[in-house]
Amino acid sequence: MKTLLASAALALVAGAVYADGHATVRMGTEGAYPPWNFVNDAGEIDGFERELGDELCTRAELTCEWVKNDWDSIIPNLVSGNYDVIIAGMSITDERDEVIDFTQAYTPPDPSTYAALDAGVDLTGGVIAAQTGTIQAGYVAESGATLVEFATPDETIAAVMNGEADAVLADDSFVQTAIAANSGLMVVGDPVSLGGGVGMGIRESDGDLRAKFDAAIQSMKDDGTLNAMIAKWEVSSQW
Amino acid sequence: MGPVLGDKPIFSYCSDPSVLEGLSWVSCYLTNGKHLTAYTSFGTVLLLLAITAPLALALGFAGATAARSNVLPLSLLGKGYTAIVRGVPDIVFFLFFVIALDQGLEWLRHQALCPDWSEPIRQGNDFIVCDRAKLPLNSAPQWVHETYGFFTAVFTFAIVFGAFAANILFGAMRAVPHAQLETAQAFGMTERQVFWRILVPQMWRYALPGLSNLWQILIKATPLLFLLGVEDIVYWARELGGSKGPIFDYPHPDWRRWYFLALLVFYLLMTWGSEKAFARLTRSFSHGQNLSPGKVN
Repeated sequence: MKTLLASAALALVAGAVYADGHATVRMGTEGAYPPWNFVNDAGEIDGFERELGDELCTRAELTCEWVKNDWDSIIPNLVSGNYDVIIAGMSITDERDEVIDFTQAYTPPDPSTYAALDAGVDLTGGVIAAQTGTIQAGYVAESGATLVEFATPDETIAAVMNGEADAVLADDSFVQTAIAANSGLMVVGDPVSLGGGVGMGIRESDGDLRAKFDAAIQSMKDDGTLNAMIAKWEVSSQW
Repeated sequence: MGPVLGDKPIFSYCSDPSVLEGLSWVSCYLTNGKHLTAYTSFGTVLLLLAITAPLALALGFAGATAARSNVLPLSLLGKGYTAIVRGVPDIVFFLFFVIALDQGLEWLRHQALCPDWSEPIRQGNDFIVCDRAKLPLNSAPQWVHETYGFFTAVFTFAIVFGAFAANILFGAMRAVPHAQLETAQAFGMTERQVFWRILVPQMWRYALPGLSNLWQILIKATPLLFLLGVEDIVYWARELGGSKGPIFDYPHPDWRRWYFLALLVFYLLMTWGSEKAFARLTRSFSHGQNLSPGKVN
């Protein structure tokens, strides 16, 4: 009990030092979904969304700080205020829109792709891996196939490589990156169209911030820098 | 994100990873920024153990003492603490308690720092306090956020493991032969003296087997840290071992088994060291104690 009171008192006092600091926007990402976002060999967050986020912050004249959070709790931690923005390859869907708000999409809706070790796998009756809480997991669950879910994108690929799952369903750009890293893995079946494009997730009560990022995304669409960045990282089709 | 220990490679020949081969590739790979950050997570885990263990023992001691108190509210508090915390699944406790603790502290700060705030704190799903009440502040550097996360983790671990320790110590206190306590009273010792001079020195011998189990469980429970946003050694083993495509400087296939093998060695070494330490403690606490029941001193 004493410890509780002591730490409460400490918490009340701590932070006074930073009280005058300029408001910083904290950007939450997963850091495990190349080429969208990943931790590079120097241990820093890197990828398409790192470059995009930094550019958007510059245009919106915001000071931004990057935060890594695992995918499972990425929405709860946004609404409880641990960071202010989700920028993690998150597709805009109706279910998510009920809990948080989205900026306009920064990549267009793109097909998701199946990948497997064998071209003849049964995509509607076999075992398909997908990441927990993604649009792909929702799609597989309804397709008639047996869905196996994993907490991280990397594990979905590993499940196919070690035979635990017949195929994996994920964003096309992630699948292509995985194919480059794993010999024997190939695209199978037809791509499926899911989601309404990828946008930044922002608290529903944070309309100002959303407007700033919306304007910044629009300016990058208008001057062509967004398309150039999409092409550089090969994350999706062009606007 | 963990601390980034500089962008410059440790060895000068590492500046262009694509031309490296064999041993020089391995030496550069194992000393890149990501690996250096991962190595510090061993320190994080050891630090967590070093702070949590004594804190949990203190909480356990307080809980056990309260539970056997003659004052009813105190005894109920001690027994309630052990029963409730032991009964709630760890993962629920870690998810719920930490968020509640964090929001509770922010709420307190909000009341103290922003009395003129008119908007509600809960708006739909959102939990909103004024900027100055944020904990840590949004403008605080990332390491402050990480340190704060680390200490909420320490505090949560201490509460959970303190409840188990309280139960062990409560049992150990009862295992000390009652005749000894009565004899001490007959010699004119006060209740406080009986407790500190007769009961406490002798109970450790009975508590040690249980406490050593608890310590082993605590060592193995540290991967729960990742639930609280602290990157521990298991997180890094998975992150570093996962297959890396050409987008990375050091591409490699799925190497997770090697990283987990290294973790296995680490945990085995920890267990081996702990066993030795507990064997020593048991010897020194048993000194001069009569442990065979029924035998008259």
